[in-house]
Amino acid sequence: MTATVETAARAGVEVRLENLQRRYGAVTALNDFSLTLAPGELVALLGPSGCGKTTALRLLAGLEEADGGRVVIGGQDVTGLPANKRDVGMVFQSYSLFPHMVAWENVAFGLQMRKVGPAERKRRALEVLDLVGLAPVAYRYAVQMSGGQQQRVALARALAIQPKVLLLDEPLSALDAKVRSRLRDEIRRVQLEVGITTLFVTHDQEEALAIADRVGVMNAGHIEQLGPPTEVYTRPASPFVAEFVGLTNRLPGTVSRGEVDVRGARLPLVHSDAAEGNAVALVRPEAVAMTSEGDIGDGPLVGTVIAVAFLGATSRVTVDLGDITVLAQLPTSEAAANPAGTRVKLVLRKDPVLIARDETGTADA
Amino acid sequence: MAAVSRSRRAKLQVFRVVTFVVLGIFFLGPIWSMFEFSTRGVGENAARTLDSWKAIGTYPDLVAGIIASLELAAITSIGILVVLVPTMVWVRLRLPKLRRAIESISLLPLTIPAIVLVVGFSPMYRWMGINLSDSILTLSFAYAILVLPYAYRSLDAGLAAIDVKTLSEAARSLGAGWFTVMWRVIVPNISSALLNAGLLSVALVLGEYTIANNLLYPNLQVEIVTVARSNAGVSIAVAVASLLFAFVLLVALSFVGGRRRQSPKATERLVQTYARDFSGGTR
Repeated sequence: MTATVETAARAGVEVRLENLQRRYGAVTALNDFSLTLAPGELVALLGPSGCGKTTALRLLAGLEEADGGRVVIGGQDVTGLPANKRDVGMVFQSYSLFPHMVAWENVAFGLQMRKVGPAERKRRALEVLDLVGLAPVAYRYAVQMSGGQQQRVALARALAIQPKVLLLDEPLSALDAKVRSRLRDEIRRVQLEVGITTLFVTHDQEEALAIADRVGVMNAGHIEQLGPPTEVYTRPASPFVAEFVGLTNRLPGTVSRGEVDVRGARLPLVHSDAAEGNAVALVRPEAVAMTSEGDIGDGPLVGTVIAVAFLGATSRVTVDLGDITVLAQLPTSEAAANPAGTRVKLVLRKDPVLIARDETGTADA
Repeated sequence: MAAVSRSRRAKLQVFRVVTFVVLGIFFLGPIWSMFEFSTRGVGENAARTLDSWKAIGTYPDLVAGIIASLELAAITSIGILVVLVPTMVWVRLRLPKLRRAIESISLLPLTIPAIVLVVGFSPMYRWMGINLSDSILTLSFAYAILVLPYAYRSLDAGLAAIDVKTLSEAARSLGAGWFTVMWRVIVPNISSALLNAGLLSVALVLGEYTIANNLLYPNLQVEIVTVARSNAGVSIAVAVASLLFAFVLLVALSFVGGRRRQSPKATERLVQTYARDFSGGTR
């Protein structure tokens, strides 16, 4: 595809955000924020509302000015450049197509700003629309398109100008689940095909884990952890990351000799230097197995199933241990064998676990 | 169920027709009476005549007043839009905290009677007459203030119907400068609001009498009153002509506006805005 070839020729520059500071009055949105995107890489910034992820993206786009720090795109310091001089393509959270233009005119707008001739910009606009599979709606206005189609046109519009960087500001959050999943895959396919360096901002962990080469989990204006999705999920760097990314059981225990004792089960620690004493172990639901066969008797890990939530291939089982409830994620066939009311014994898989501060304040962080 | 629905629709249709006819008579009745008066012949049982209409051109001051009012309408409409649109967009994008203050200031002329405004304008116009110009076209400054609330309301409704921030940021990220953002992105999407603001400005300027008369500028309405003292027929003919002109302009603009795409949200907001403004009977 011609558009792909043309775009790929300019794609893949390194992007550096260095020590960015941004304050809104007394509120610090970004605090010494640094991030480097390798050429052609897709990095997802993940975090709760107000953590500063959108601010970081807007500083990179030039839509806001930093109070301090530098933005470097492809070796060029663009910190002082306005948005229209930065050569970045952006897809917004809300539908941002120009309502008075049809799809191809929207896509051609950026090319017109770059003084591309009328015939050439129409040809290129139609090519990029074809890239995102929307050639058939090229002559439709935004109001005549679905939300998913509008966002794909917005993606095509951002790519048509062959930007150095592609910025995606929660582009899927206004869409329904099915369209969101399909468009997510579409974005990744196009990004890989074009090879453009991309920053993707989202508060949806599933989205971030599914699409990104690396995920940066943000909290209070800085990155808590930056790494491949599997690493962020399986080896969270902090209790915040562990609890924000995926579901986590908070199980009271005692740390001693580099392990944590949770109701009789000894589990290895992610950070073996954790201080000894009372602690809360963060255990993933998928690290919890159960059995109801034979004489399970009594014990600290024996309890009663109180709810089974069907999720498709897997089910989430809630078990009441008396003083606490524990979530276990099991294959649906296995969960079906233990309906609500069944007495079960939990088995904790010996995955390394993270320690959070005890509610009583006696454990390490 | 379907029969009930049909019955309700029929009742609604009757209500619409009755309302349309009653309001039509209310609006057109006086105009027809004026037209009837302006075409009366002299003497009892005299035949209809267009003499009063034909005589309009023989009153040079009246013609000058018509031309001046049309020029004032054009200058005021364009001027207020050129000043107000970028200001309102800028306030929405960069200074949202000032929005309430700007709105209050813009609506202020609604609360001040025209005769009070004249008291304030008088020294300014005296100074302008001596130092700048005493052209009647300088009235457009005063008229800009007069039409400010109506233009503001209309444009505010138009801007509220689109996502100004996202659209302008999208255009900026695609390489557009601020002028291009305004001209190529914002203006086409508030075209109905612009037309409405322009129409209100034209209608208001064409009908303005108090300020022009008190500042001694002979605009259309002042000339109509002057001519009425010597020839009521001509005066009424001009008044009918100006009303018809405004009517034709309104119809023309509504056709132009109707061809453009406008979201229901924008229309609703505009109707609410006008209902709010005019129910106050402010001017």
